[in-house]
Amino acid sequence: MSKPNPADRKYTKEHEWAKENGDGTITMGITDHAQELLTDIVFVELPPVGKKVKQMQPLAVVESVKSVSDVYSPVSGEVVEINSVLEAHPELVNQDAFGDGWIAKLKMDDPGELMNLMDAAGYEDMIREDKH
Amino acid sequence: MELIFEKSRPGRGATTIPRSDVPEVAAGSIIDKNLLREEVDLPEVAEVDLIRHYTQLSKRNFGVDVGFYPLGSCTMKYNPKINEDISRLPGFTSLHPYAPAEFSQGSLQLMYETRQYLSEIFGMADFALQPAAGAHGELTGIMVIKKFFEKKGEKRSQILIPDAAHGTNPASGALCGYQVVTVRSNSEGGVDIDHLRELMAEIVAGLMLTNPNTLGLFERNIEQVAEIVHSRGGFLYCDGANANAFMGKTRPGDLGFDVIQLNLHKTFSTPHGCGGPGSGPVGVGEKLVPHLPIPRIVKRGDSYDWDYDCPDSIGRVRAFYGNFNVMVKAYTYIRSLGPDGLKRASEIAVLNANYVKERLKPHYDLAYDRVCMHECVFSGNRQVKESGVHTSDIAKRLLDYGYHPPTIYFPMIVPEAIMIEPNETESKETLDAFCDTMIAIAHEAKENPDLVKSAPLTTPVRRLDDVKAAREPDVCWKGRM
Amino acid sequence: MDYVPHTPEDQKKIMETVGIRTIDDLFTDIPEKYKLKNLLDLPSALSEQDVSALMKGIGNRNTIPPITLMGAGAYYHYIPAVVGHVISRSEFYTAYTPYQAEISQGILQAIYEYQTMIAKLTGMQVANASMYDGASAMAEAAVLAAKTLNRTRIVVIRSVHPEYRQVVKTYAWANGYEVIETPYEKSGRMNRDALLEAVDDRTAAVLLQSPNFFGIVEDIASIASDVHAKGALLVSGFTEATSLGILKPAGDMGADFVVGEGQAFGNPMNFGGPYLGIFAGTDKFLRKIPGRLAGATVDREGKRGFVLTLQTREQHIRREKATSNICSNEALCALAAGVYLVCLGKNLKKLAELNFQKAHYLKETLSGLTGWESVFSAPVYNEFVMRCPDPKTVNQKLENAGIIGGYELGKDYPDLKECLLFCATEMMTKDDIDRVVSIIMGS
Repeated sequence: MSKPNPADRKYTKEHEWAKENGDGTITMGITDHAQELLTDIVFVELPPVGKKVKQMQPLAVVESVKSVSDVYSPVSGEVVEINSVLEAHPELVNQDAFGDGWIAKLKMDDPGELMNLMDAAGYEDMIREDKH
Repeated sequence: MELIFEKSRPGRGATTIPRSDVPEVAAGSIIDKNLLREEVDLPEVAEVDLIRHYTQLSKRNFGVDVGFYPLGSCTMKYNPKINEDISRLPGFTSLHPYAPAEFSQGSLQLMYETRQYLSEIFGMADFALQPAAGAHGELTGIMVIKKFFEKKGEKRSQILIPDAAHGTNPASGALCGYQVVTVRSNSEGGVDIDHLRELMAEIVAGLMLTNPNTLGLFERNIEQVAEIVHSRGGFLYCDGANANAFMGKTRPGDLGFDVIQLNLHKTFSTPHGCGGPGSGPVGVGEKLVPHLPIPRIVKRGDSYDWDYDCPDSIGRVRAFYGNFNVMVKAYTYIRSLGPDGLKRASEIAVLNANYVKERLKPHYDLAYDRVCMHECVFSGNRQVKESGVHTSDIAKRLLDYGYHPPTIYFPMIVPEAIMIEPNETESKETLDAFCDTMIAIAHEAKENPDLVKSAPLTTPVRRLDDVKAAREPDVCWKGRM
Repeated sequence: MDYVPHTPEDQKKIMETVGIRTIDDLFTDIPEKYKLKNLLDLPSALSEQDVSALMKGIGNRNTIPPITLMGAGAYYHYIPAVVGHVISRSEFYTAYTPYQAEISQGILQAIYEYQTMIAKLTGMQVANASMYDGASAMAEAAVLAAKTLNRTRIVVIRSVHPEYRQVVKTYAWANGYEVIETPYEKSGRMNRDALLEAVDDRTAAVLLQSPNFFGIVEDIASIASDVHAKGALLVSGFTEATSLGILKPAGDMGADFVVGEGQAFGNPMNFGGPYLGIFAGTDKFLRKIPGRLAGATVDREGKRGFVLTLQTREQHIRREKATSNICSNEALCALAAGVYLVCLGKNLKKLAELNFQKAHYLKETLSGLTGWESVFSAPVYNEFVMRCPDPKTVNQKLENAGIIGGYELGKDYPDLKECLLFCATEMMTKDDIDRVVSIIMGS
């Protein structure tokens, strides 16, 4: 069973979350539902700090033993910090996807883009649809 | 088991180097000291320990000679022993690749005739033997197509590949700079004709098609497929991984294929060697012959020679001429079987696959219920639903019964896929015993799922930790000898 | 002989179960007009005895020379008896790629041991389970560098084996990369200034070879930091693997990848293949390098075991995003190399020294002939270049005596028209060398 999706953040249809930090940046990662689908994550390819991305462009890569998945950026902006702990401990994404398993912090180009994302309830509806 | 390094003891050795019969020169007197190494960190073991080490390792390995190996899409047929003996003749092993043509007439004849035989079997204008494996052949085949359009001054940027294709196809396309566009399968596992028609535009270089496809099904609409691809100036590429299904029955060249790569280590009985060496000849139609790799062999009268003067060639894809010694085995096989033997090999390969399909059909879900070619694909869906036993569990349980499992989880369009390729070289008793075992495991899955989930019980190691291997990679031993 | 065990009775029963009357009922999916009506036009089947005689006849059309002076990417070395015995075990040679780890521990451990020995010899942290050959290994390293760095230029020194450069060019062309060749200097070593001038911020990799095609030992360390300063990767190749027994590993001199031809380790010349592509790299590229990797892990009871690992790098998972499409490799050749290295052990150094001595004696001797001179001044391992009057005639004389002569460099290097590349390994005796001299001097 996936952990509940916190209400304090927004969600993409590719199973990323984004949480506003109040200083024009967001913290992002993949959802608990996503880590469950991926099973044991063995490697996270982090973006370099300073990388610029557009909303929903590939930002990072997560690998399990038998799959490789792109992680998309929930917003357009610039990477200002990455969770380097994941380099040695990718299992954090499995253990705590919404917390210690965060992937990157981005400075947003346009905070208005967050409006394109779903809230927790909307995301849960989407997952429920997928299962049918 | 201990590593060979852990068996190393200073002062032991398995060889002595001959005494020099020329004047001693110290390397350090000629080569700068800072370009020389101190000593080599390699193990020191006695010959008997070396042999026992590798003999023990061999006993922890499963080959076709050990037991039935129905690994789908891999064509693990029996590897005839005469082929091995022939390939070890000094005439074939001991010649330098740059030996003058007068010295290498036997090798050149063998390669020239291999090309002729393959051209006849597959209906192509010519073959190149340089690629070292199937994927290498794919790359070469796509390069040949790219060169054709380049010479014509046409820009084509896409290559079409069905969703059921092996991963090498999209990788090969991408490595030639093509954008890979996926074509959907229809409900019968064939190419979705409407989707193909929609995608096949003048920016598409071609369609890479595996036929029979990765579900073991012959592409029934092949005429239409060829017509659509050719009508927009594209090439039809055949991944010949499954060529064991149709030798002597039909020819890709006649069906409209412009390029085909083979795997001599599948169709032509050369051993897989734990993953290689293989050999991946590429055959092409007339239009593409000028673009094949260099050098080419030419025959003048009764003698053979190299021809390097091929200005429109893609160049080389490896040094020298290909995996020659593998070709020796394939040539021996073709000469042993002759035209009727090759045809019978394909017929019986297809018959055996259909037999296994019929026998297992009541016990496992069949992905597509129609006549299959040389392999059949089941889904483990029923077992997952009934008792939570997955295809991977069934595969591990087969190890306990002394079988190499079928290919699993491929093709990816079939959930929990189990792909069985029995080959023509197996007897009815072997096929029956395997089917009985598969049926017994289906029963076990129902009645005692935990037993199946805990398999294998009899192997020297059990369910290795893939996650640990990938999270904390250890690919080289870090100790010192 | 078709290796099909079915008796007519078996076949009848099987056909009944399948529900067909004739075999052709299985092939109805093939459009009627494309079904072959006649047998293929091939020579008739042969018995084992007949095919054996036929094949011996073809083999005998080859002339196996008593002496070969040719190296140039393929080397005549002694292969210890144990090598043939191990790779002839059919548990090894009739197995597929070890995807089912529980019944493939033998080859997985053997490959892990091979990877370890290659890493140690090349001075790298990681080596893969093998590539097709030295040339394609070099090309794949170049493509990997370009894809990883998102750059488009490959710089290669002209003293890299001509066929290796051709393969690099083919792979680069297919990917849309540019290949720049830079010269060697008078001594036979790389021209450092010209090389560094060619390296710009579009350059992904610098490819060199040591010993280079002329047998010359390069000073890799002299350019490593300059290449890295431009953000490019340094790929060091070799064609003669036994040189690793004596030369400082390229990995210790700043190379990012070491790629080369491993044939000299226990694999016969085989008229050019199968050979063994060696691919080693630094830790940094562990998750990028192409091909298969065996890795150590534990089973559910905590016992050490081996698996194919980091498979997400490979084409069967990454598909069009993979940096390489390699699938089958040269595993059995890698096994042969592993057995060879275990057998030689620390004696690999002595063997390399013996090669060095034989080649230097041959070089000295040929240098003493009228009109003959050594072309390059830089130190060599077991190959060297001689300028001599009329190289074609020299080779023709040797051929007439059944001997394979030197490599005629003129076809690849217009500036070396009168030059031959010679090689001597441990297989060449002093008597052989005396014989070669007397043949060359004879009219």
